[in-house]
Amino acid sequence: MGVYVIHILNALLYSSVLFLIAGGLSLIYGVMRILNLAHGNLYALGAFVTAWAIGTALEAGAPTAVLLLLLPAGAVAAGAAGGVIERTLLRPFYKRPEEYQLLMTFGLLMILEDLIRLIWGPNPLSATTVYATLGSISIGGDRYPAYNLVIIAVGILAALFLWAFIYRTRFGVFLRATSQDKRMASALGVNVDRIYIQAFTLGCFMAGLGGAIVVPSQSAVLGMGVDALVLAFIVVVIGGLGSLEGALAGALIVGVVREAGITFFPEAELAVLYLIAALVLLARPAGLFGRA
Amino acid sequence: MLLVVAPFVIDPFQILTLTYGLIAAIGALGFNLLLGYTGLLSFGHSAFFGAGAYTVAFLVKYLKVASMELFLAGSVLVSAILSLLFGYVCVRYTRIFFGILTLALSQVLWSLAFKLFWVTGGTDGLRVPTPTILGAAAIDDKMEFLAHRYYYYVLAAFAICVLLMWVIVHSPFGKALQAIRDNETRAEFIGIRIRRYRLIAFVISGIFTGVAGALWAPLNGLVSPEVLVWTFSGEIVFMTVLGGFRTFVGPIVGAVAFTYLKTYAVGFTVYWQLLLGTVLVVLVLALPTGIMGTVNLVAGKMKTPS
Repeated sequence: MGVYVIHILNALLYSSVLFLIAGGLSLIYGVMRILNLAHGNLYALGAFVTAWAIGTALEAGAPTAVLLLLLPAGAVAAGAAGGVIERTLLRPFYKRPEEYQLLMTFGLLMILEDLIRLIWGPNPLSATTVYATLGSISIGGDRYPAYNLVIIAVGILAALFLWAFIYRTRFGVFLRATSQDKRMASALGVNVDRIYIQAFTLGCFMAGLGGAIVVPSQSAVLGMGVDALVLAFIVVVIGGLGSLEGALAGALIVGVVREAGITFFPEAELAVLYLIAALVLLARPAGLFGRA
Repeated sequence: MLLVVAPFVIDPFQILTLTYGLIAAIGALGFNLLLGYTGLLSFGHSAFFGAGAYTVAFLVKYLKVASMELFLAGSVLVSAILSLLFGYVCVRYTRIFFGILTLALSQVLWSLAFKLFWVTGGTDGLRVPTPTILGAAAIDDKMEFLAHRYYYYVLAAFAICVLLMWVIVHSPFGKALQAIRDNETRAEFIGIRIRRYRLIAFVISGIFTGVAGALWAPLNGLVSPEVLVWTFSGEIVFMTVLGGFRTFVGPIVGAVAFTYLKTYAVGFTVYWQLLLGTVLVVLVLALPTGIMGTVNLVAGKMKTPS
């Protein structure tokens, strides 16, 4: 019995992190029609900043409570980076064909990948202290790390907050209006420029948060961004690019399939995920929740 | 003409880099049939390059084949089948969805090459020895072989590919593709079967890139999953845009320039990605028409002094 609970928790764990990354990617695409290839690197940035902050605080002898408070540092850093990137590098491209936006974000991907290497060096950075201090709980006789439950909780909270934010606030109305019809929204007095930078910052913040909460359980390594991006692609392709409900559903599907895959068919785990994505696209081109 | 005498003038290292460049040019030429002429941005061309390269590696490992001509024939066949399969799925979409779908499908291949290590050697890859060319056995000195005979072989293949592509894009079929690119609705209206034309373009594009992969395998001597990773597809896009995708020679110039740029950047610093990424960002910001586009622009301005 306990084993099944653990499998379900693990699936939820993947799903939470994936939702944070893919949700941000989808939000950005939904509002700005930009597919951010550098999104995975912002996730990696979040992981590195948090690991670095926790490592530094640990050397200074900070108590555990401070370490936990330092977790969101990565998310803030990624959000800030996102704001700067939108202002300086993406803004000139809104009126040009999408191909150029893709190329720009691909260039950003290469730059960010190496900037992380330049700043933190080629070795993995870990923040396992947080993971270890929380200890583990017992589920049906098996031990399960308590920190994993924190990740799941953050994922669920993020989904709830985002839902409330988008469907229950004034900003959310502007955001949805811009995503449906940018020119009409602009004509009705929405400051589209501001919505764009806010949406991009929020999307990057989410990716950074994903990296920040995941880093205590697995170290920050080079290349983690590119790997995560490919998984996030699968999530948004299944769920529908631009849809947050879709990102949630996609993240759950991918989380469950990955957990099942690692247990039952480890060799074909990734291939099965891609095949699911391809099948969904054939049956419903816009994804499960996408608008055509 | 300069390319023909090159092996007698410059040193072998330069020749090898040039060979890599010519091979990349064949791939970029194929890629540009989709981007420049049909208006489809593929982010999965590493799949065909990798398919060509792995076909060669499998032929060596499992069928003990050593003839370069058989390698090429095999990769044409494999990349044609693969691109037909991928294309059938992908050409239903355009723009961003086309890009994502090609990327996703190419990553299926990557994950298989990566995980099925008892077939593909996993990350260790598969070794490819020097092949026989036109029935003649390989000579012992590998460097000598690669820098002379193999260079000419690649050069000949390159010339044939350029010629073929030139004929294709200037044929009625090529014109139809450009019509689709410029205005899909009108093209359909005058009776062009858009999806079929796109599929054919996709397959031709895949075959060219597959041939590039096959030529690359013996030169590199090792085929590993790295040629299937989607960032390699990104590099193909990079080359093409660097040269300028609105011109015929753009991808060729871009591929050779990119190869030199990357070779020297990698030798110069471990942060070569930072360097190349910056080049790309500056390029799309300042010179979106690429090298050839800019050259044409400058040449045009000089002809008509204002």
